[in-house]
Amino acid sequence: MRIAVLSGKGGTGKTLVSVNLATIANSSTYIDCDVEEPNGHLFFKPKEIEKKNVSVKIPVIDDDKCIKCRKCIDFCKFNALAFVNNKVKVFEDICHSCGGCQLICPTKAITEKDKIVGEVQIGKFKDIDVYTGLLDTGKASGSPIIKKLLEENINNDKLTFIDCPPGSACIVMESIKDADYCVLVAEPSIFGAHNLKMVYELVTLFEKPFGVVLNKVVEGENPSEVFCIENNIKIIGKIPFDKKLGTINSNALIVVDEDEQYSQIFSTLLETILKEVEHETIINS
Amino acid sequence: MRIAIPANEKNMEDLVCPSFGRAPYFLIYDTQSSEGVFLENTAASSQGGAGIKAAQIVVDNKADVLITPRCGTQAAEVINAAGIKVYKSQNISMIDNIKAFEKNELAALENFHAGFHGHGGN
Repeated sequence: MRIAVLSGKGGTGKTLVSVNLATIANSSTYIDCDVEEPNGHLFFKPKEIEKKNVSVKIPVIDDDKCIKCRKCIDFCKFNALAFVNNKVKVFEDICHSCGGCQLICPTKAITEKDKIVGEVQIGKFKDIDVYTGLLDTGKASGSPIIKKLLEENINNDKLTFIDCPPGSACIVMESIKDADYCVLVAEPSIFGAHNLKMVYELVTLFEKPFGVVLNKVVEGENPSEVFCIENNIKIIGKIPFDKKLGTINSNALIVVDEDEQYSQIFSTLLETILKEVEHETIINS
Repeated sequence: MRIAIPANEKNMEDLVCPSFGRAPYFLIYDTQSSEGVFLENTAASSQGGAGIKAAQIVVDNKADVLITPRCGTQAAEVINAAGIKVYKSQNISMIDNIKAFEKNELAALENFHAGFHGHGGN
């Protein structure tokens, strides 16, 4: 079972929620899909790390075979190819590795080469499998790394927590694509509610069952909570705005291992999520 | 000599379009005949890589010179590879920019920006 944890902006507590759920679950898997700046490993400090490169396919043009018909250039939706000085020029950072240019070339003048864009690291912390994706600095898209992370994990029947990148763009879609349930983490501010709306629209579009965790909860009005009530969205947990929690977390310690109150909060949250997923499975079968 | 300029409107009295890759039109002006034609910039609606495709249009229309307020690094790769010289436009009409260029009053564009990719920028 795969539980994805996402939010419309960074810093709402995706990593806090997914790291602690994975810890409280015992014998689980944690996948850090925030490949631009993964930070779950700071808490787990995984051992026995196995590293695998991730590469994408980039077209290579054989100028002798090329008949300058420009079919490949007209085909490329991303404009990764240009024709200048009587030659096809490839813009590697723009290329989305779809392979279309190679298929469309009438003289088979296009082959592909591998270009490394990052790596996945698979390690262990106690009985938790820790997967971390790392996009190389300067590379344009994390999607290939996320694909590889989720592929590596495909035969895993452990309870899996996916720590998504912030926002609601392609890399987030890639991360939640095969999730059984989505946990949306939201902050108590107008900006927080706006960002919650973005991911709410995304999970609705993907027809994923989901619930909201309100983080940094303080007394008084919570615009994210108001948004949930107005849209009939289930709130599955609340985490207080608490200096003690902040201190433990900023020392890279896992709060459920340090503090009984939080161990309780996350146990209850996990139970709620598992019940929700079970319920979804029943009504959808 | 053929001069390319990104344009908002099909009118040489109008200002230069602030965007290169996503300008609605390109003015291609021939200094020998003193005539200009406006081409539709089919790159403007691209999902990505608009600058590259726009540069392709400029190259395919055999421009010798590009006058633009700004230009991205990838478009510049195409433009430079074709040997087209790039000059920075002034905040005056397209036709006045052409006159300024003919009097050697325009400076070469030296700063090429990384793509905006939907994030605005100046």
